[in-house]
Amino acid sequence: MRSLLRTRLVRDIALVCLADGIVGISFGAISVAGGLPLWVPVVMSLVVFAGGAQFSAVGVALAGGSPLAAATAGLLVNARHVPFGFAVADVLGKFRFPGAHLIIDESVAFALGESDPARRRAAFWTCGFGMFVVWNACVLTGALAGRAIGNTDALGLDSAYPAVLLALVFPSLGDRKIRRAAVLGAAIALAATPVLPPGMPELAALAGVVLA
Amino acid sequence: MTVAAILVLAVGTYGFRLIGPLLHGRVRLPDRLQRLLSAGAAVLLVALLATSALTQAHGFAGWARPAGVLVGGVLTWRKAPFAVIVIAAAATTAVLRLIGIA
Repeated sequence: MRSLLRTRLVRDIALVCLADGIVGISFGAISVAGGLPLWVPVVMSLVVFAGGAQFSAVGVALAGGSPLAAATAGLLVNARHVPFGFAVADVLGKFRFPGAHLIIDESVAFALGESDPARRRAAFWTCGFGMFVVWNACVLTGALAGRAIGNTDALGLDSAYPAVLLALVFPSLGDRKIRRAAVLGAAIALAATPVLPPGMPELAALAGVVLA
Repeated sequence: MTVAAILVLAVGTYGFRLIGPLLHGRVRLPDRLQRLLSAGAAVLLVALLATSALTQAHGFAGWARPAGVLVGGVLTWRKAPFAVIVIAAAATTAVLRLIGIA
């Protein structure tokens, strides 16, 4: 039973790594096809290691935003790592300095899905480390392929990112207050998109939290 | 994207991640603040998915992308595996573009 559970955990983590690997390939390809140098998505993935923020920062940069606006957009998206850090602090133990870098949506979600401390640790480190390897390898692959592919839109990869976000955030939307706040926030962001600079509509969406 | 911008983003992100583990066992966030932080994370993610599904630059992204995201959303609701959700979303968008629906 114990090994069966462990196998299922590893299989689920592998599936999520595979799915995010596809997103990583699209991130690398979109960045390079958009005109950024090859090292930008590759180095950014190693040192930032947060898909949503990387897409946001590159999106702002490719839309013509300033470097400061790109970094700000990424940081705004990554602010959620503060509560994540509190949520998994017990899992990191004395390895908090390397472990902190592995705090991502997926590793937090997998850790929170386990109640036994040993399994929480196993889930966090397996997912975090596996994702770090897969994500960076795939971003590099995508960046190398991006030049060859040129037009990634034909592969439909631009719909993978919002689909991943939806799948990750879906369980949180079971809470009625959070759902109302999120709907208001999304409406604000969509209404603001035509007029605000890139990255700012999502910040404006935080006003939706008044309903939470 | 400059080296400085990537560094700012990297250092800032690592700082965000390290706050919780460093303060672990020393301070505890008030429940209300913790709730707002987690609600804010969900609100941000939903806003991001809405704008990235529906908009491109300052305008509408076309029908193929939101259609793919919609397929992914239905599969999420049906509790499909993660990989299936992502591949189905991308495949839907790709097929729609192939038959001429942008």
